[in-house]
Amino acid sequence: MPAAAQRPEHSQPPVLALEGIHKTFGGVVALQSFDLEIEAGEVVALVGDNGAGKSTVVKIIAGMLHPTSGRLRLDGADITFADPSESQARGIQVVYQDLALADGQPVYMNMFLGRERVIGPLRRLDRRGMIAETAELVQALDVRIPSVRARVRDLSGGQRQGVAIARATHWARKLVLMDEPTAALGVAETARVEANIRSLKERNLAILLISHSLDQVFRLSDRICVLRRGVQVGVRRTNATSNNEIVSMITGLS
Amino acid sequence: MTETSRIESTAAIGAARDERLRQQSGLRRLLSRPELGAFAGAVLVFIFFGITAHGTGMFAADGVLNWTTVSAYLMVIAVGAALLMIAGEFDLSVGSMIGFAGMMIALPTIVFHWPVTLSVIFAFAGALAIGFINGLIVIRTGLPSFIVTLASLYILRGLTLALSILFTNRTIVVGMKEAAEGTFVGFLFSGTIGDPLFTWLADNDIIGRLPNGDPSVRGIPMVVVWALFIALVGHIVLARTKVGNWIFASGGDANAARNVGVPVGAVKISLFMLTAFCATVFAACQVFEFGSAASDRGLLKEFEAIIAAVIGGCLLTGGYGSVIGACLGALIFGVVQMGILFTGVPNDWFRVFLGGMLLIAVLFNNLIRRRVVGGR
Ligand SMILES: Nc1ncnc2c1ncn2[C@@H]1O[C@H](COP(=O)(O)OP(=O)(O)OP(=O)(O)O)[C@@H](O)[C@H]1O
Ligand SMILES: [Mg+2]
Repeated sequence: MPAAAQRPEHSQPPVLALEGIHKTFGGVVALQSFDLEIEAGEVVALVGDNGAGKSTVVKIIAGMLHPTSGRLRLDGADITFADPSESQARGIQVVYQDLALADGQPVYMNMFLGRERVIGPLRRLDRRGMIAETAELVQALDVRIPSVRARVRDLSGGQRQGVAIARATHWARKLVLMDEPTAALGVAETARVEANIRSLKERNLAILLISHSLDQVFRLSDRICVLRRGVQVGVRRTNATSNNEIVSMITGLS
Repeated sequence: MTETSRIESTAAIGAARDERLRQQSGLRRLLSRPELGAFAGAVLVFIFFGITAHGTGMFAADGVLNWTTVSAYLMVIAVGAALLMIAGEFDLSVGSMIGFAGMMIALPTIVFHWPVTLSVIFAFAGALAIGFINGLIVIRTGLPSFIVTLASLYILRGLTLALSILFTNRTIVVGMKEAAEGTFVGFLFSGTIGDPLFTWLADNDIIGRLPNGDPSVRGIPMVVVWALFIALVGHIVLARTKVGNWIFASGGDANAARNVGVPVGAVKISLFMLTAFCATVFAACQVFEFGSAASDRGLLKEFEAIIAAVIGGCLLTGGYGSVIGACLGALIFGVVQMGILFTGVPNDWFRVFLGGMLLIAVLFNNLIRRRVVGGR
């Protein structure tokens, strides 16, 4: 199963390459010799049942977890991220499954947390600027929240997800990892997020999308990677596979 | 104002379609500030003693100096405690640190004849190092700071006593007034400022005079200046800077903060160093004011600092609070403490009244906050 057969030939190295990633938690093997490559402008879907190891892949790429063994390459160069701030500095953004927002902080502060804008020689927080920019962004992405000053704690689940996605989209320069980004969203909101993902793709960003909705996966992805109990059972080109094949790969039944 | 409302209206466009949303008015935002309850509590306390302690001299110049000084001492450590609490941690070693820092100033000066300036620098360096170690242990082990600093509480208190006995064979080290005579550090921690103003006030019979003819208040004690300085810097950092934002995030949602690259560990360690710094300022002011260091100095001060922060609206769970609130909390505590003395409650009953008054202040504060914020 040579990886090259599953993606078009490119002169450039893939944006991200995972090679032989292994991850164990005590006795639990969460991931076993996992390989994946993602190109710029490509949406790769990662599917599998609950506990298959999808979030573990995301956390390893983000630098939140460290692989027990295996290599990560970014633009062809070996890399290790000590913590998520390092992956961010390299243009990688994540929408975590648990969203990882600061609940006590207002929306605009979540958008800028860790990258606060300051003004003047005293480096005061530029609240006004951050509020204005967040308002613009939230409007552009059509995330419907009461106010950018509202505390995240006071938002609905879908609104929070909207904020997390807006944050990731705003700062991503290279790669976006989305762990079930539409899990809490209604029909209209889901459509907006999907449009958003398409526009990220147009901006030539690489996207790793985790979703339990195969319809969504087929609508958005270029390739589909299937995980079963920590083992990669295969990668398929979306236009060369079928819903049935993916389902049987996920469940292991034929 | 126009600028703000323009931004507000931009923000509202996205929301305009959902009519259920209520606009958050400026007034409401003002009322939901953490220090509101403490402000109301302070007003209540002043009204209470304005009536009960009327004519006792509590509100004459020297009476005011008295409770201002007590409040200022507490404010110095309450600001540190509040910032640390907002970042989600406690420092129970503050009281012991006051005793220990006092000894770090007095022992080298008296026993080893160091210049007092050097002893003060030594004490600050030592305290910051201990604060750093407290913070490092908390961050590295993930143990609750409550437990880690409880250990420091015992270790530092024990060291204060043991070193004092070891070097001087006594539990109190005296002679600091003489040692600080005419030095800048002596002035920095126990001097007064604005003396000419108070002389003028006495000359014009606006304030009273002591039996020996001096004005009843010589000047503003440096501890008050320190309290205001620490409060001002603390407030600006918390409310106006990046670091302040990181303090809130570290306390409320350490993981989320870490994920977006906030240096949570560094923030918390710095704040443990800040509480140690504040304790040392407290100790230095006290050592030079009393002219001595003693092994029981600062006893229970860690709780007073935490109480002041909580009266001031800080949540014990972190992520919420304000420096101004903590300052008001310290003021309430100081005024209640001294007010009870002025009203002439028998000494044996003092603590009962103090506890009762504090409970009322906290309940009142809580009531106001819940009324205003609603829901939570
Ligand atoms: N921090 C951890 N400690 C111990 N085990 C863990 C940890 N994180 C994940 N695991 C285990 O690793 C396996 C994979 O978990 P992961 O979260 O990656 O699943 P997932 O595919 O994202 O599932 P879901 O669809 O439910 O989100 C699970 O068996 C889980 O119990
Ligand atoms: Mg998951």
